[in-house]
Amino acid sequence: MQSNPSAELEALAAVEEVEVAGHIIDSLILPKVLDLITGHGGAFRIKQISIGQARNDPSYALVEVRAPDEATLAQILEQIADHGARPTTDVDCRLVPADVEGAFPEGFYATTNQRTEVRLDGHWVPVADQEMDCGIVVDAQTRRPRCVPMNEIKVGDLVVVGHSGVRVFPHERDTAQHTFAFMNSAVSSEKPKGLAIRDIARQLYKNRQEGGKSVLVGGPAIVHTGSGEHLCELIRRGYINLLFAGNALATHDIEQALFGTSLGVYLDHGGLAETGHEHHLRAINRIRRIGSIRQAVEQGVLTRGIMYECVKNNVDFLLAGSIRDDGPLPEVITDVLEAQRQMRQKLRDVNFCLMVATTLHSVAVGNLLPAWVKVFCVDINPSTVIKLNDRGSFQTAGLVTDVEPFLRILVDELQRLERGEGGTVQR
Amino acid sequence: MSDLRRQPQILMCPPDHYGIEYEINPWMDRTRQADRAVAAQQWKQLKAILEDAGAKVHTMPAVPGLPDLVFTANAALIYGDASGGKLAVLANFLHPQRQGETEHDEAWFRAHGFEIQRLPEEYAFEGAGDALFCGETLFAGYRIRSDAAGHQQLGAMLSCRVIPLELVDHYYYHLDTCFCPLDPETAIYYPAAFDEYGLKALHAHVPNLIAVQAEEAQRFACNAVVVGRTVVTNTGCPKLHAELAARGFTPRETPLDEFVKAGGSAKCLTLRLDGEEAAAWRYRQPAATA
Repeated sequence: MQSNPSAELEALAAVEEVEVAGHIIDSLILPKVLDLITGHGGAFRIKQISIGQARNDPSYALVEVRAPDEATLAQILEQIADHGARPTTDVDCRLVPADVEGAFPEGFYATTNQRTEVRLDGHWVPVADQEMDCGIVVDAQTRRPRCVPMNEIKVGDLVVVGHSGVRVFPHERDTAQHTFAFMNSAVSSEKPKGLAIRDIARQLYKNRQEGGKSVLVGGPAIVHTGSGEHLCELIRRGYINLLFAGNALATHDIEQALFGTSLGVYLDHGGLAETGHEHHLRAINRIRRIGSIRQAVEQGVLTRGIMYECVKNNVDFLLAGSIRDDGPLPEVITDVLEAQRQMRQKLRDVNFCLMVATTLHSVAVGNLLPAWVKVFCVDINPSTVIKLNDRGSFQTAGLVTDVEPFLRILVDELQRLERGEGGTVQR
Repeated sequence: MSDLRRQPQILMCPPDHYGIEYEINPWMDRTRQADRAVAAQQWKQLKAILEDAGAKVHTMPAVPGLPDLVFTANAALIYGDASGGKLAVLANFLHPQRQGETEHDEAWFRAHGFEIQRLPEEYAFEGAGDALFCGETLFAGYRIRSDAAGHQQLGAMLSCRVIPLELVDHYYYHLDTCFCPLDPETAIYYPAAFDEYGLKALHAHVPNLIAVQAEEAQRFACNAVVVGRTVVTNTGCPKLHAELAARGFTPRETPLDEFVKAGGSAKCLTLRLDGEEAAAWRYRQPAATA
């Protein structure tokens, strides 16, 4: 039962959940409540209903009430309360000051990546910086709530404890009939890749046209497979606004720029270079001697490749270190908490995320993104996409394919769109 | 209480301290005072008619400062189970003027062997004035004196179906001023006191409905006391009486104008203790031992 299609419903900003119980069907109390909601300019969605089987069994309905603004909503709620429809939550969230640095009070509310609101002083307030596996801290002065990771908690921070006074809006899956949504349902190596890639191209194109921010999270296989040049093309054409990677992608990219090899293999003919295994170390060493990748570009030492294009095209990048890194390169952040903090900061306004050939960095970024940011994960190994989904980034669509053809076709599709051959860009 | 099952039992309270001392419904007007002597006479006549119809009338003492204690219908909702136990769900009066009645009601019910229950105090509930059984179903008036959410709780408490009916006319502020079940399948009602949802629900759940016209509704035609097949109302309800007679009931009238000044009439002045004639649970109670 729905009074409105979901999109129309979602457009009504003020929302409250009410429940009605009793013999609400026989007495027509439920239809009356629903009529009152629509009659006063609101809309409703029955989220849950159970109808009594025997004559004496009560029925129960959980109804989401929406209205264009808080005042209208308050008016509706007042009206329907007289008929027994009560808000499911009429208490504020409980705030407990943190007593230990870097830890929440016991019983803290653990966040999801879904849009969340907390009830403060009788009003529902949206939680900022939505991220899974955090706590919610309410600023003592501004009374604004936001997600804060455990390690950033300061003594005295007001932390939301328990579930009362907290509500979560599950992210609606896109039900439109297009490939992107189909790809959402499962991960398979047997999907029509051309259509999926065309859809990613449309998303990237749309984001660039509308001034959105697209992030690429990449692994070194981009370089090993010889598809670095495709990524360079994406950067030059303005489709990538932010690059997240580890030491390896940058190292092998620079190794290729300086020596023509990746892991000692010549990318143009596939042959092994003499002492090629040393190339990546020599590459790192050369950059460390100069001081930074940026300076290497400025001094004309680094003249091509992904990192070079980032510097030249003012594309922000962040390299997060890991325990197996050689070097690492000077820009690599070796303190993982610091890396996480900076990634969190840079992801704030991202609205499209492309993950290519990396499990570690994909899961890390998936953890940081709210559920409404579209994520597309491309990997030769289906388990990477499955892992992302299993860790709560269910908005991830996956494509199981080799990186090189993926990036090559993606660039082709984008060029087609630029030439106006791509059909309508889906909104 | 040994003969509860055989003889209809009714609770009344003499109008020794009755008067229009405040205004909590549109009928009340302190400048139109009730004549206490006439009121006493009318009350005695009603009691005599009920006794004549076969009822045993119990009286609870009047209390100074509680003029509406005379309207015992609002004291509680009475419910009995198959084991013979009797339950009084006490009122949570909406207006502070009447809240003082409850301790006296409670004392009387305790002294007479009733189990006492109450709804949570946040729900207003005015006893049998707003909750009337017709068959297995409890019809419950809300919006003016009782809360719909409280009725939901009542249904859970008694494990019965509760049909809340919105009252839309402030002159008919209690359900018993516009609806009166006569037997498990028959009720009189005043249609204009309900909205379309309430009317639909009534038509769906009461097989025989007798509509009362406006001028007789104003004479409190629906505020009737039923004892067996005898239906007692205020005077001035000839059309209803003719209809009742045609349906095999024995209508009787008695003047109650002094109580109409406070917004009450025959039914408001009584509380049936052994289950109304229309209440299905009454017929499940075991026959009383002598």
